[in-house]
Amino acid sequence: MSLSKTIYNTLFKRSSTFALTCVVSAFVFERGFNLGCDTFFETINKGKLWQDIKDNYTQ
Amino acid sequence: MAASVGRICGAGLFKSNKTNCLRQIKSFSTTREWTTGKKTLFGSLGVLAGGAGVLIYALDKSVRASDLELHPPENPWSHSGWFKSLDHASIRRGYEVYKQVCAACHSLRFIAYRNLVGVSHTEDEAKAEAEEQMITDGPDESGNMFQRPGKLSDYVPGPYANEEAARAANNGAFPPDLSYIVLARHGGEDYIFSLLTGYYDAPAGVILREGQFFNPYFPGGAISMAQALYNEAIEYSDGTPATASQLAKDVATFLKWTSEPEFDDRQRLLIKVIGISTILLAITYYAKRFKWSSLKTRKIEFRPKNK
Repeated sequence: MSLSKTIYNTLFKRSSTFALTCVVSAFVFERGFNLGCDTFFETINKGKLWQDIKDNYTQ
Repeated sequence: MAASVGRICGAGLFKSNKTNCLRQIKSFSTTREWTTGKKTLFGSLGVLAGGAGVLIYALDKSVRASDLELHPPENPWSHSGWFKSLDHASIRRGYEVYKQVCAACHSLRFIAYRNLVGVSHTEDEAKAEAEEQMITDGPDESGNMFQRPGKLSDYVPGPYANEEAARAANNGAFPPDLSYIVLARHGGEDYIFSLLTGYYDAPAGVILREGQFFNPYFPGGAISMAQALYNEAIEYSDGTPATASQLAKDVATFLKWTSEPEFDDRQRLLIKVIGISTILLAITYYAKRFKWSSLKTRKIEFRPKNK
């Protein structure tokens, strides 16, 4: 059985698992997307953000 | 996965269909039936509108040489750019400049000490900054106002009790509140920087009254604020050489932050908006092509009835 067929049979075939797949994948995507965007922002602004300089002022 | 990618590409998703578009315009456009006069009229109207747009744009971008004020040049700020954040070390130095130089005359009444936490100061440092100031609070049980050391929730106290007191102490000129000054002035932080570093001796013919100074960046040229920033005017706690331009740059960055405290969040959000929009646009494009494929590929055949 091919991969797409396995995915279809286990996740998409029944409405209950389909709805669950939607919810779980939305959660995973949202976390991953936010993390990716924030990492990109913090990489190109490295050294300018508060998190990069705060160690100079905390003991 | 490979199958679906193959299907997308196989469906000609990325194939150019320019000839198809041109054929549709040719067949369905209603301008074909216009008279030559109407075509000429609309053609010249279009050219006129376009020309007016270009003219307005060019006038806005011109050097504005007829004005008597000098417009500030654009400086390469470290926060100018699509995804660039503010330089928080510079914000911190700018706060030192504000506190030691600007605060003598200018208030900052929309910024509370709690706003500094996590931006330029740690919580303990912001508390210490607040405690240096005496805040009028009250009334107490007997109805009297009293002085107490500041707390994190207090707003930065101003140097004068009210506008009249400020005018009386400054030759009738009112030092504006600096909280939103970057948004409130044409040129933004470039204007602040140019103004603070732009003091010159008045040229011949410019008459200044008592207590006025010449600054070409200030509208009218006569400003009641004396030059405030000189080399080594203050000493930075992080050891940065305190040249006049460094002081002006840091305080301009600080005032940019006070005007737009949400600046970094906005830049961060832009990345997310562009990312999500790209994905949604691709999905929308694919869905449109998919739904229309049956309509676009149909053929209508005309069969005359054989009598």
